[in-house]
Amino acid sequence: MNNTQSTQVIFEISKPGRRCHRVPPCDVPTERPLSELIPSNHLATAPPALPEVGEIDLIRHFTNLSTRNMSIDTNFYPLGSCTMKYNPKRHERLAALAGLAALHPLQDDETLQGILEILYEMQQFLAEISGLPAVSLQPAAGAQGELTALYVAAAYFRDKGETHRRKVLVPDSAHGTNPASAALAGFDTVTIKSGPDGLVDLSDLKAKLGDDTAVFMITNPNTLGLFETQITTITDWLHAKGALVYLDGANMNAILGITRPGDFGADMQHYNVHKTFTGPHGGGGPGSGPIAVRDFLAPYLPAPIIVKDGAKFRLNYDMPKSIGRVRSFFGNIGILFRGYCYIRTLGPEGLKRVAEHAVLNANYLRSRVAQIFDIPHPGPCMHEFVASVRSLLRERKISAKDICKRLLDFSFHAPTVYFPLVVPEALMMEPTETESKETLDAFADTLARIKEEDPEIVRTAPHTHIVSRPDEVKAAKDQKLRWQPPTASNQVSRER
Amino acid sequence: MPNPKNLRYLPTHEWARLDGDVVTVGVTAFAIEQLTEPTYLELPAIGTEVHAGEKFGIIESYKSTSDLYSPVTGTVIERNEPLVDDPATKRKGDPKPVNDDPFGAGWMLKIRLAPGATLDHLLTAEQYDAQLASEHH
Repeated sequence: MNNTQSTQVIFEISKPGRRCHRVPPCDVPTERPLSELIPSNHLATAPPALPEVGEIDLIRHFTNLSTRNMSIDTNFYPLGSCTMKYNPKRHERLAALAGLAALHPLQDDETLQGILEILYEMQQFLAEISGLPAVSLQPAAGAQGELTALYVAAAYFRDKGETHRRKVLVPDSAHGTNPASAALAGFDTVTIKSGPDGLVDLSDLKAKLGDDTAVFMITNPNTLGLFETQITTITDWLHAKGALVYLDGANMNAILGITRPGDFGADMQHYNVHKTFTGPHGGGGPGSGPIAVRDFLAPYLPAPIIVKDGAKFRLNYDMPKSIGRVRSFFGNIGILFRGYCYIRTLGPEGLKRVAEHAVLNANYLRSRVAQIFDIPHPGPCMHEFVASVRSLLRERKISAKDICKRLLDFSFHAPTVYFPLVVPEALMMEPTETESKETLDAFADTLARIKEEDPEIVRTAPHTHIVSRPDEVKAAKDQKLRWQPPTASNQVSRER
Repeated sequence: MPNPKNLRYLPTHEWARLDGDVVTVGVTAFAIEQLTEPTYLELPAIGTEVHAGEKFGIIESYKSTSDLYSPVTGTVIERNEPLVDDPATKRKGDPKPVNDDPFGAGWMLKIRLAPGATLDHLLTAEQYDAQLASEHH
């Protein structure tokens, strides 16, 4: 990455009057002036302040920017809990077929039978994979899936007259979205500790489980990459109290076709189609977070659900207990469609092999990394694992963040850093099933090399990127979210 | 930075200092070292009743977001206002004092102890030092 072009925003290369294309004068007779067609208060008095550039500048600007991106198509991307697996390009070609890409969501159901059939089958696939029979495809990403499921749970408890259930229990290793979803859905969150083995501390759960418990949100395998082996005990306890169990499905890649959340006692779960089922993400692609729930929760799902009447498919809005829509139209169907292609391509046996290879790759990388860094929790792991570089920080003043920054110089994307919170100086790595042994070896070799490097080189990395170390505190506190034309006063501060 | 002897501590890295029946609360230097410089702080309104061991607020850095736990039971009578946002004037809070001087200028709340409430359950500086040593040898 040595190009130095386009460090400017496109507004900064704008020159008055410059254009990519010049629109010829209108050759259609205009019988009435514009001011008669559009009320004057809706007519602009000046053209919008858009950048004015030639086509070659435009193309170079965006092409050069695109080369700054790291993506799964360019680099190994072992971002833990994000399942950055390869996204088959065949899905892109299929999703671009006019029969899909040119549809309009307001078309009559009669003319949408093809996509409705695909989505109906997707509902069935997701029900089968989770062991939970009722599915909503609407949520736009995993966090919205969590929130939707908690709204469903709240509606269920309201319906039963159990509004005293105020508490959502969340393990301390949970994704941050779990307590956020619980809070947004109006619950109070209670943190459950992990034991030294990295699993839910049952005595802490027992102490905090009560008649006011609504939902326990659990990730299985958890964010340490460990399967919660006490899961059926946990789900039995929750059910004995009349509470529900939510499975955070971010880590489904580890258990596809091996076990099903419905079989180990979860009542609700979300999927991340953009993780487990290869919807492109990490480059800003949209997510998709469908949820699956038990039959007694089905009436509360967001309407509409796709149903089959005889040989026809239609959207069913007749759901009086529904929590209502959570997303316009049918959800992010472009991503759902790619997930559908993936599931159809691999089939049940193929999906099972995905999980097996994901776990095998993670354990191979874990065994290599264990020779370099401390891995605080016992293996074997599932699809990911968490290393701690606390001793490196103490002995050589190299932090987890420094290692991640230095990895960029070697063309590797950083692992997830400082998460989960239960591990100090955490590096969380998920290689996925799509990486070769050579790639995993090259990555481990690089970690070993960085560990021995001159700490100053590591602490000041990256050295090969246009932006090295932004001031993260300032970036969080003093946000500039859009470009503004320079004024006399900020011109001075820019030059300083 | 040593943990002052005149303060009492929660295992979750909050400190408490008793003056009469008013307890001043903040977080320890160790907490800040782990969290890195805070970027945002959320504190309860004056008049809020807080309970020993229960969550009273949130502290964020670019690295993570953590809950803040109250060392004591009582009523919030004062906040360190410049640290937090003021929705009325849209002034943004600046938690920098928490970073620069966690045991002093970075105090967060003053809590009037509830009748009968004490600090007896809290760790002494020696006990808190021992906890840090065992966790982070």
